[in-house]
Amino acid sequence: MARDATTGELQSIPALLARNARDFGAMPAFREKEFGIWQSWTWAQTADEIRSMALGLMTLGIERGDHVAIIGRNRPALYWSMVAAQMCGAVPVPLYQDAVAEEMAYVLEHCGARFVICGDQEQVDKVLEVQDRVTGIDQIAYLDKRGMRKYDHSHMNALADIAAEGRAAHYRFDAELDARAAELTYDHTCVMLYTSGTTGKPKGVVLSNRNIIETSKNSAKFDHLKRDDEVLAYLPMAWVGDFIFSVGQAFWTGFTVNCPENASTMMTDLREIGPTYFFAPPRVFEGQLTNVMIRMEDAGRIKKRMFDHYMEVARRVGPAILDGKPVSGMDRFRYWLGNVLVYGPLKNTLGFSRVRVGYTAGEAIGPEIFDFYRSLGINLKQLYGQTEASVFITQQPDGEVRSDTVGVPSPGVEVKIADNGEVFYRSPGTFVEYYKNADSTASTKDAEGWVATGDAGFFEEGTGHLRIIDRAKDVGKMADGRLFAPKYVENKLKFYPNILEAVVFGADRDMCTAFINIDLTAVGNWAERNNIAYASYQELSQHPQVLETVAGHVEEVNKSVAADPMLAGCQIHRFLILHKELDADDGELTRTRKVRRNIIAEKFADLIDALYGGKDEIYTETEVTYEDGRKGKIKATLTIRDAKVERPAERMAAE
Amino acid sequence: MNVANSEGYTTADGRKIGGVLMEMKNITLRFGGVKAITDISFDIREGEIRAIIGPNGAGKSSMLNVISGFYVPQEGEVWFKGYKRGPMKPYQVARLGIARTFQNIALFDGMSVLDNIMTGRLTMMKSGLLSQALWWGGAQREETEHREKVEKIIDFLEIQPIRKTPVGRLPYGLKKRVELARALAAEPKLLLLDEPMAGMNVEEKEDMSRFILDVNDEFGTTIALIEHDMGVVMDLSDRVVVMDYGKKIGDGTPDEVRNNQDVIDAYLGVAHD
Repeated sequence: MARDATTGELQSIPALLARNARDFGAMPAFREKEFGIWQSWTWAQTADEIRSMALGLMTLGIERGDHVAIIGRNRPALYWSMVAAQMCGAVPVPLYQDAVAEEMAYVLEHCGARFVICGDQEQVDKVLEVQDRVTGIDQIAYLDKRGMRKYDHSHMNALADIAAEGRAAHYRFDAELDARAAELTYDHTCVMLYTSGTTGKPKGVVLSNRNIIETSKNSAKFDHLKRDDEVLAYLPMAWVGDFIFSVGQAFWTGFTVNCPENASTMMTDLREIGPTYFFAPPRVFEGQLTNVMIRMEDAGRIKKRMFDHYMEVARRVGPAILDGKPVSGMDRFRYWLGNVLVYGPLKNTLGFSRVRVGYTAGEAIGPEIFDFYRSLGINLKQLYGQTEASVFITQQPDGEVRSDTVGVPSPGVEVKIADNGEVFYRSPGTFVEYYKNADSTASTKDAEGWVATGDAGFFEEGTGHLRIIDRAKDVGKMADGRLFAPKYVENKLKFYPNILEAVVFGADRDMCTAFINIDLTAVGNWAERNNIAYASYQELSQHPQVLETVAGHVEEVNKSVAADPMLAGCQIHRFLILHKELDADDGELTRTRKVRRNIIAEKFADLIDALYGGKDEIYTETEVTYEDGRKGKIKATLTIRDAKVERPAERMAAE
Repeated sequence: MNVANSEGYTTADGRKIGGVLMEMKNITLRFGGVKAITDISFDIREGEIRAIIGPNGAGKSSMLNVISGFYVPQEGEVWFKGYKRGPMKPYQVARLGIARTFQNIALFDGMSVLDNIMTGRLTMMKSGLLSQALWWGGAQREETEHREKVEKIIDFLEIQPIRKTPVGRLPYGLKKRVELARALAAEPKLLLLDEPMAGMNVEEKEDMSRFILDVNDEFGTTIALIEHDMGVVMDLSDRVVVMDYGKKIGDGTPDEVRNNQDVIDAYLGVAHD
């Protein structure tokens, strides 16, 4: 194949490992903090460890095509075991370590894992618990020896012992192992990852060496990743992103992967390592920002004023400087001073002093959070991807970063928008198939290789950036045929700290309306500061000043929604603030706090009628379930407010 | 199971318990006219988890203090590692290989977790004041060695995230764990735990139980503990001594003790007719 010519012999992760060990064997490959010290392994040492493990697996009788499940937190030895499995011609299947035994049983049975490599006793116990239901498991290996002494070891080994056995047996297996590693090509399976499966059973996504290596190559080039870059591997190993960052790109580029000491030391380890390439879901950035703000509230007056002043400067000129846009000399000087006094120390505390490329993805990030990091000079960008694409579908190039887009198609990726707004892509990273699930494969990926994402979006005119508006199945039409994307508007509303939850209605109606949940912490705090007395959530939610504030937020959102001609129909004409918090116990939210639209629409039908019926007030009774399972009723009279809507320019002309 | 056998025995879960490590012979302890302990004898074998239980005021803590050498009994003998033990200073006890935790946590609040655990290794440090103060030569090498041991314990008890945190800022359950870490740092032969689960919630108790079992399993440390939580005691211990009003009323495996009529009476009360 023509494309393969550029990578030559490098058609598998073990081949990349061999190249790294040969060309820059003395460079650090992995680090892990253990016993309070960062221990490190060079590429040469890593290659040696992986080879020993692979030989050890051979002594245990691993066959080509066997599945090897890996369960544990991010540790170098577990990454090595994945590559060792590949070297033997087997397929690594990393699993979520926090999965309960039931889920684990399903996945282990589905992939037919013969080998299971566990991080510690806890994971071994889970595997043993399900072993009688799962047929294929032959051998269990574990990394942390603690508490393992009393176990029946007839089919169980410490990973270190397996490697030692491999070293001892190398004369017997060297030739066979070399032969197996040499026959790996782009078409062999590199890894199998199970998608978390919000609906139905998890699906095993088969990714080939081509998928992983081509994607790693393209994305590494896109962001100019270098050999001396550093990443912190702290996200679940079963997640495709971690596999791409900590294995794909790391082995392709040769940068260093750092593993934290422990799940709860992540922030300390982040500061000590100071990664240059960093990925985190929005909640990590949110959490850090909240911490900073809380600590600044407690800081002395002078410090606080200095912080506020320079953050203002940063907000004004920081992003422009980062994007290389023209900024006056005076502002540059102010920003430089701010960097010395505030931004530098702050970035150091956060562990972001050296970040050259930072990504966030997974869900929408609040614009003010995004801008906060950008203004500090941290090159935080967004990407859009999924497991089936080996992560990358679109990403933001340096200098073209905004909080409301997910960037341009990644190199090598083609993206098209279907008539119903659904985003399709095709790329070298496109998955091979869902394991043992031809039906799902066929319904997701068509004969030409186009994959349906299930998300609706559009390309912005002028910039060519993709914007994701909602899950495709939630996107509907309004009565007059305009696009209705509730989640897009709800997310915008939820970025206001005062608003905890929002539910927008409008499918097949002539206008959009909304239910709002206030955030008791934020609004309660505000009430306290302003000497507003309230006896209950319900009373606070109906306070005229609260309604006024929320109306302000809704109108601001309307303004920003109206700026998009396609989505202008989704402006909220009327809203009310609910008298109770939406709750998973009442079935209104899923356990992962996603809004269950249909149930809410059914339960609060009287309120929706009132919104569309033009009333100013509505009396309602709602059944609630208390935490101990008792049921009760809440009675309330709710005020319904109108909100100002903007008229899009072209419509005004037409009317 | 023949407990009396001097060769030791094998527990239900397959652990080998060795010979006698410590033997209490006819101990009687008086405070003035009050008899705290009356003529008690029992032994603690190498590698076992031995519990002392009893209602409030039964004399459990006094017994532990006799074991640790803090109280010297008026009558009776304490044998440790085959030698009869005379009156001792606390540091001499520590050097013998006995470490303990306290019912009311006794840590240095202003010091970090790491420093607190380091104090557990104090009896093993040899370099002099001058060398330590100048951080030169032997002192430096020595500290590195001790730090390594301490880090292993930190790793073992999973307290890495609080390594540098001052102990005063920690919640109760973690302080208990730090205390255990400090006791372990002394690499004791015999570890005395005075109510390790007191005031803990269910999850903290589960964690602590696991650590106690792991310590016993991993380091082969002999453990003697006092505990109120019956469920915990019965699950953890190999053998149990039951005390009431300063007297021994039962001794044996958890099952034997559970079915002992005197023990049931002491715990549930009995009508004296």
